[in-house]
Amino acid sequence: MKTVRIGTGAGFSGDRIEPAVDLAEKGDLDFLVFECLAERTIALAQQALLRDPNAGYDPMLVARMRAVLPACHARGVRIVTNMGAANPFAAADAVRAVLRELGLHGMRVAAVSGDDVLAEVKSGNYRIDETGQPVSALGSKLISANAYLGAGPIALALDRGAHIVITGRAADPALFLGPLVHAFGWAMDDWGRLGRGTVVGHLLECAGQITGGYFADPGYKDIPDLARLGFPIGEVDEDGNVTVTKLPGTGGAVTPATVKEQLLYEIHDPRRYIQPDVIADFSGVRIEETGPDKVRVTGGDGCAKTGLLKVSVGYIDSYIGEGQISYAGPGAMERGRLAIEIVAERLKITGVPCAETRGELIGVDSILGARLSGNCSAPREVRVRFVGRTDRREDAARVGNEVESLYLNGPAGGGGAAKSTREIVGIVSTLVPENRVSPGIHIQET
Amino acid sequence: MRLREIAHSRTGDKGDTSNISVIAFDQNDFALIAREVTADRVNEHFKGLVTGEVLRYELPQLGALNFVMRGALRGGVTRSLALDAHGKCLGSAILDLEVYDTTAEHLAG
Repeated sequence: MKTVRIGTGAGFSGDRIEPAVDLAEKGDLDFLVFECLAERTIALAQQALLRDPNAGYDPMLVARMRAVLPACHARGVRIVTNMGAANPFAAADAVRAVLRELGLHGMRVAAVSGDDVLAEVKSGNYRIDETGQPVSALGSKLISANAYLGAGPIALALDRGAHIVITGRAADPALFLGPLVHAFGWAMDDWGRLGRGTVVGHLLECAGQITGGYFADPGYKDIPDLARLGFPIGEVDEDGNVTVTKLPGTGGAVTPATVKEQLLYEIHDPRRYIQPDVIADFSGVRIEETGPDKVRVTGGDGCAKTGLLKVSVGYIDSYIGEGQISYAGPGAMERGRLAIEIVAERLKITGVPCAETRGELIGVDSILGARLSGNCSAPREVRVRFVGRTDRREDAARVGNEVESLYLNGPAGGGGAAKSTREIVGIVSTLVPENRVSPGIHIQET
Repeated sequence: MRLREIAHSRTGDKGDTSNISVIAFDQNDFALIAREVTADRVNEHFKGLVTGEVLRYELPQLGALNFVMRGALRGGVTRSLALDAHGKCLGSAILDLEVYDTTAEHLAG
């Protein structure tokens, strides 16, 4: 039976680079996939594109490609990535420049366009899911609207001989489903296979999160050599069942437990994992260890797609100002709490218009709140964190300033103050009929 | 005993919704986990942190439960003021739940 070998080269924009090089060189791969586009990254990339027409793609694209292209070229490993972000065309140009620089010839680079549906969303004044309001309510704060494209355009680009396929927004599992549809010639209404291919993509899309990354809990769940974590390889058969493994000699582990955690990661109803191409059904999935660092996953299923594409809508939401300062020794917690009271009162006295604020002690109550975390009696070190939301950047800056000025005006012994302001790009979503979205494929050879 | 002794967990996020898996280390403990770790108990555990409903899905052949908690991320990952805006730490917190094994077999052991 024919088997396709897909490796994951990155599971987020800032991921490690060497594991992908290892996979390209030693993985005997057919495809290497880089998933680098988080929910709001594309809105930020859209802002970068507005400032510079050659920007708007992943900042690590060139470094990643420079690292893996020699091995991919030598071994015929084809690459699929969403590092095009808001500008797949400029990303494809940048990759071609790397190919020229490395003297690698005969590689066809495809850019997939069409996910940018800002014009459609505006003209149709679609309803925002989270608020129930029309998109027009966002007014001039609206930045971007990108549809999650499916596997179709990626498969088509590969059918047309692309060696490197660069997309903007696409559903993360589709980056893996596309190569499978291409390699096995699956029909786009073969819901069972598309469902199982979606399981494959979902398992692999977070790279090291299935090979023992984001898993270790000393004494309970020990994982060897996380500093040398190997990224996953999926050996997929023509029915869409998969064996997940990793390169021998790399760190990490592939076990039923690591696979189960990743299977349920970011899943709601396991029977209805809604994707552009299919509604995948994880409820019958079976997971079985077949050897050291080898886990077989079977039994996924699927049913007909909805015909609607999810669209991420980016908008300028607010500004967040933040300040932190530490207290230590006896009475650290009491001084930290006094500091929070002072900052809250200072913001009132000086009239900083905050829509909401949070004051908390890192290490005491900042993550789970006072009830679940606040049971430690008298910590000898606390770090105050005070954060506020404002409409204007200059007001946000005043939040951090009030924390910093605790140095000379606050409780005794404050140290290590830090402050920051950041613009908040919010993401909301809507649904657009897929027939209103027109993916395009643009291939150029180097 | 604490849930941590018999189960592991991972948290995911989508918008303002958090999902937490609870997975038995040993398939034989799944019935106990399914009986003890109800949606109501999880809701109670995260009271004050989660503002919406808590739903539970079961995957018995994997020894796993999946909890979906609406309104768990302070308005959503992209705009939350929270330090852990993704709610990544919630999965570790659920393992703090006490579970009571009342079966005779375990009492004898």
